[in-house]
Amino acid sequence: MEYLTLFISAVVVNNFVLTRFLGLCIFFGVSKNLNASVGMGMAVTSVMTLSSMLAWIVYTYVLAPFGLTFLTTVVFVLLIASFVQLLEMIIKKQAPALYNMWGIYLLLIATNCIVLSVPLLNVESSFGFLKSLVFAIGSGAGFALAIVLMASLREKLRLADVPKALDGLGIAFVLAGMLALAFLGFSGMIAI
Amino acid sequence: MNDSLWKIFKKGIVDENPIFVLALSLCPALAVTSSVMTSLTMGLSVMFVISMNNLVVSLTRKLVNPKVRVPVYITSIATIVTLVQLLLQAFAPDLYKALGIYLALVVVFAIILARAEVFASKNKPIPSFLDGLGMGTGFCLALMLIGAIREVFGNGTLLGISVFGAGYSPALIMILPAGGFILIGYLVAGVKMYLNYKEKKLAERGEA
Repeated sequence: MEYLTLFISAVVVNNFVLTRFLGLCIFFGVSKNLNASVGMGMAVTSVMTLSSMLAWIVYTYVLAPFGLTFLTTVVFVLLIASFVQLLEMIIKKQAPALYNMWGIYLLLIATNCIVLSVPLLNVESSFGFLKSLVFAIGSGAGFALAIVLMASLREKLRLADVPKALDGLGIAFVLAGMLALAFLGFSGMIAI
Repeated sequence: MNDSLWKIFKKGIVDENPIFVLALSLCPALAVTSSVMTSLTMGLSVMFVISMNNLVVSLTRKLVNPKVRVPVYITSIATIVTLVQLLLQAFAPDLYKALGIYLALVVVFAIILARAEVFASKNKPIPSFLDGLGMGTGFCLALMLIGAIREVFGNGTLLGISVFGAGYSPALIMILPAGGFILIGYLVAGVKMYLNYKEKKLAERGEA
């Protein structure tokens, strides 16, 4: 039950994009196209899950016992960047079809705040291994949900007549504001 | 010479403003701008990191093999950010707490890596430092503008001092995420309008 609550809270109540403002660069950059958004959502979820597991192991067995916690930021960034690079090489070699679909997204998320923030939040809330895992999957699903919703809205928007100055990024922000307002409705659902 | 240095510094403030025009590093623009004080701290931290990193990258630009340049940049940025984290933790623990995880996330701000890649890796130390300072100033000003609007309307205060008196009931939406998004949307539109107007004027002058 505890895990289910954590999962739901990560997906909708504390949605990464709309209430924590993480991953906005890719959120606005990729959401012009629905197919790309679905791919991006999946790529972010899987990379986030794997890298936060890795980061948890490194933090618990290396950084914490040796009193090196002040190096957390540096170590996590390098760990994630090199891990994503490795993942890219493996996928390119082993599953070229998958690489053609997802390859470009992997590079984009190598150094991205949303991927880095999950391990940092795990450390901050001192989650155990299983909790970290649930939190990472939930956060990824929340991101995927937000970006797919946004892309669907923006595809509709293409037919609308937007004032010239607001066109593009401006209207996208206003739209995200509306989405955030809608997600606010979830906030009473779970009390943490 | 001085003229061109001033131009390098100036372009980050409006014409290539990191938030409103380049639309890079948007996360902090929303996350920490519910009050002016946190906006200012974040802005100054980023200004420091971006100009120091530009300086370091520019000084080492001939020593670093282009193939490994990105990991080198990231290490340099992460080191400077850790420095800022430790300093704030020691001297301003309250602000450190208010910024929370977003301070650590300065490491992956696209704007810092972008300036290192686009400018500092090709230019001499002094122009690179000024480029970072200009971009940092633009970033800081943008953050403070957003922070001031959100604090005044959402809380009725500016830097903690009451503006409208006790009778004012704050518009809570400005403090909430939704208000932040919508406000930035309109600010982006405003800057775009200004830049379009300037371009039009320049074109007219060119024709005449």
